[in-house]
Amino acid sequence: MLNDHIHLSYEIVSEDFARAGEAASDVKRVLKKMNVKPDIVRKVAIALYEGEINMVIHSLGGTIDVYIMPNEIQMKLEDIGPGIEDIDKAMEEGYSTASETIRNMGFGAGMGLPNMKRYVDDLDIKSGLGQGTRITMRVIL
Amino acid sequence: MTVEALIKSNIFTVVNEGKVDNMISNVFCCDLLSIAMSRIPEESAWVTVMGNMNTIAVASLAEVSCIILAEGIVLDEMSLAKAKEQDITVFYTEKPIFEAGIEIYKLINHG
Repeated sequence: MLNDHIHLSYEIVSEDFARAGEAASDVKRVLKKMNVKPDIVRKVAIALYEGEINMVIHSLGGTIDVYIMPNEIQMKLEDIGPGIEDIDKAMEEGYSTASETIRNMGFGAGMGLPNMKRYVDDLDIKSGLGQGTRITMRVIL
Repeated sequence: MTVEALIKSNIFTVVNEGKVDNMISNVFCCDLLSIAMSRIPEESAWVTVMGNMNTIAVASLAEVSCIILAEGIVLDEMSLAKAKEQDITVFYTEKPIFEAGIEIYKLINHG
């Protein structure tokens, strides 16, 4: 990665709802401390929380790496599977594969990926069934 | 109105007293966390029936002024601990979401 950046790294554990949101909270805290504009902080926090919660709900675990650079913030979310079968379908608002239990917790509205796309300047998803999912989100400062 | 004023109005039971000097200028009612997360306006009292840890996480990230759990929904122990840790004021009421929201709306607009 480039010089002159801050790197934050988090491990995400599958179905660990007690800690879900801690990565997004921590990144938000750091950005606020750095006096990043509130609307940018909000965008990053929402997109990252959605990504983080997706990993907790759907993945078998993974990592989140956030790079805060002079011109942009990059968020890299990487998990070990089970992968997204149809990315286009997953991007549709209202489409969800979440279980009844997850829905009862207030999730599974099919808003996660669309929310991520809405709040970042660039969203790239690489996945496939039986593979891990790699998501890169960029917010330009 | 501040959260402290809402506490003193005695219309809801206090489950956790967190930050009390937060301003309440809006009422927001929603149970879907992704929608709440992206749409909650600033300085909102958030009325919901979702009493789990994720509610607290979203409230913290979206910087809501306080949470009101309606319909007699009880906050589980882990979520209560998280609310304490995050310094978020949580209320409890038997009232339905709409009625709870209206009560706050009246207080904001008519004192």
